[in-house]
Amino acid sequence: MVPLSWYLILSAILFCLGVSAFLLKRNIITIFMSIELMLNAVNLSFVAFANHLRNLDGQIFVFFVMVVAAAEAAVGLAIIIAVFRTRETLNVDRVNLLKL
Amino acid sequence: MNQPDLRLWLIPVLPLVGAAINGLFGRRFKNSAVSAVALLFTGASFLYALWAGLQWWHQTGPHIESLGDWIWAGTFHAQFGFYLDRLSTVMMLVVTGVGFLIHVYSVGYMAHEGGYYRFFSYLNLFMFFMLTLVLANNYLLMFVGWEGVGLASYLLIGFFFLKDSAADAGKKAFIVNRIGDFGFLLGMFLLIGQFHSLNFDAVFSGVAKISPEIGWGVLTATALLLMVGAIGKSAQIPLYVWLPDAMEGPTPVSALIHAATMVTAGVYMIARSSPIFSRAPHALEVVAFIGALTAIFAATIGIAQTDIKRVLAYSTVSQLGYMFLACGVAAYSAAIFHLMTHAFFKALLFLGAGSVIHALGGEQDMRRMGGLRKMIPVTFWVMTVATFTIAGFPPLGGFFSKDEILWQTYLHSPALWLVGVITALLTSFYMFRLWFMTFFGDLRLGEVDVGDEAHKPQAPAQTQHAPAAHSHGHGSEEHGHGGVHESPWIMLAPLVILAILSIVGGLVGIPAALGGSNHFEHFLEPAIQVPMTAEATPEKASLELIFAGISVAAALIGFFIAWLLYYRRPELPDRITARIHGIYTMVLHKYYVDEGYSLLFVKPLLWVSTHVFWRGVDQEIIDGTVNGAASASQRIGGGLRRMQSGNIRSYAAWVAAGGAAVIAYMIYLGVRK
Repeated sequence: MVPLSWYLILSAILFCLGVSAFLLKRNIITIFMSIELMLNAVNLSFVAFANHLRNLDGQIFVFFVMVVAAAEAAVGLAIIIAVFRTRETLNVDRVNLLKL
Repeated sequence: MNQPDLRLWLIPVLPLVGAAINGLFGRRFKNSAVSAVALLFTGASFLYALWAGLQWWHQTGPHIESLGDWIWAGTFHAQFGFYLDRLSTVMMLVVTGVGFLIHVYSVGYMAHEGGYYRFFSYLNLFMFFMLTLVLANNYLLMFVGWEGVGLASYLLIGFFFLKDSAADAGKKAFIVNRIGDFGFLLGMFLLIGQFHSLNFDAVFSGVAKISPEIGWGVLTATALLLMVGAIGKSAQIPLYVWLPDAMEGPTPVSALIHAATMVTAGVYMIARSSPIFSRAPHALEVVAFIGALTAIFAATIGIAQTDIKRVLAYSTVSQLGYMFLACGVAAYSAAIFHLMTHAFFKALLFLGAGSVIHALGGEQDMRRMGGLRKMIPVTFWVMTVATFTIAGFPPLGGFFSKDEILWQTYLHSPALWLVGVITALLTSFYMFRLWFMTFFGDLRLGEVDVGDEAHKPQAPAQTQHAPAAHSHGHGSEEHGHGGVHESPWIMLAPLVILAILSIVGGLVGIPAALGGSNHFEHFLEPAIQVPMTAEATPEKASLELIFAGISVAAALIGFFIAWLLYYRRPELPDRITARIHGIYTMVLHKYYVDEGYSLLFVKPLLWVSTHVFWRGVDQEIIDGTVNGAASASQRIGGGLRRMQSGNIRSYAAWVAAGGAAVIAYMIYLGVRK
């Protein structure tokens, strides 16, 4: 059986990848995907713990996260399309109208 | 003890009501209404004081009236209360009586001045505080009056506040008095520490219980500190400098506050504290020494002054020195006796001088006077009485009181007695100099050039010369072109009354050696503790007669020198001053004491205040703290502003860094466990 720590290490690696991509990438869709990656890294550790502790709470949380993520994806993609239509770019550094 | 309620509080409160009415509504009153209010309340106060005094005349013990508690703090307790014994009866009657006469005089003297209601309001306020001082039954209430008369004095010295010299003189008086008040305060703190009370009764009975071996240190310190307060108020060395400058005020003020009443408050306070002083012989010696030194020092300055009011001012300082000398040799009743006669004759001198100034349209320089004997005969005669009184000619008032002081001083210390006699000679000389220069010879108005060195601007105190006098203009418009004329009756009547008082004032205290029985001293005996009473043995009585003769001789010598120099051979003084030019200049400039104080205290203080406290502490530290706090938050805010760039990813980086920091900390905790 795969020990818990492996899941957790994989989850941490995925999370760090998500964070790095979020910080470094310019493309707004890539940033969006990296957010999904971070959410799913967390999901992985949730289910791993749920399995390890023989407790369903973690799995229920994962469902909630997936629901929120789906909603977020729908809203987020809609915003991205709206932004692209007005700005004609997906580079976040150009989307800075609110900046001082 | 069954004590009738005398309602002593009415005595000080009546003038206060007058001051309030004139101060609040006087601007809308006519001058006659203002003077009616002022005279009514002062006169009522005098009559009530007389009545209260008569009610209590036959009693020996003090009459105490408490109006209620003032301060309760731990074991310390102060009351509002009044204390009437024979000492305060004398003071109360002198203050209200002389005060009332001077109010009457002021009605005539101030008739043409601006701020008429203000003047009378201040004058009544002064009466209120002075009576509070005199009648208080504890040191704290006395201190209230003490400060209050200082305030009234400040307001009245600076009455012509548009004139810089008057405003400055007021400030000087106030500041110099603060030094003395500081001593008074410290003395009171010592009393509180020792006796937990400031009531006269409690303190004096406490003093009596302290054994001299244990308590003399505390008592001496207390006495010396109280003496510092008295020195400030009564213008003794080294704090006398404010009194001559105080002559910038209107002449009735000089007479009332700076001659007859307020400046004697220090003497009164020492006499009131006689139980403390009597148990602190070292402090008494200091008092006597300061008194004698001041007496002779001020008398020598008085010789060379040319401003008629300044001569009288230095004479006041000198006479106060006599009173201190008397206190210092434990002859408190002689001090109070001299205080009383001095109040009469010095008020008379000042008011007479005011009448002269009034007659000459504001002229105060004696070198421009002369020959006024025929022109203003009433003033001449009352001034003659006053001059002979202060010079100590029997049987006028000043002779008995001064002789009493000198005699008591001789019993204590012959050296101080010698100083006193020389001072008596000098007093006689400068007073007759004033008399001859003012009333004899020819009128020199406008003839003598007084623009010599005494009046150059570098002598800052000597600003009261003719042009300045005209700018504040005592009657410069009304009297300038009217020629020399006698004052109106309302000014002359108080002069005549005071002259009569000066003549008969001494008769209450004729010593036993001269065929009297010294009623005054026996009258004061219950109120004042006298440690050692000189036994009236026959040989001492004859000795006292000899000493009285010496006093008279001193007065006569002073008279003849003045007669020779200023009447018979008026050219002589110039030749003499030319001969001893150095000393003369020094005396003319009052030994450069003002300049010395300026160099020693005023300038260093000014420098420290400017460069350390203003530019250093205030501008650098205080302002620096405020400005520094503001600019620091501005700079920190500027730095933090850069974090909030609006760049989403930098926010995310902060979040990530924060998360990483939390995780690192938790890992650290886990590892340490």
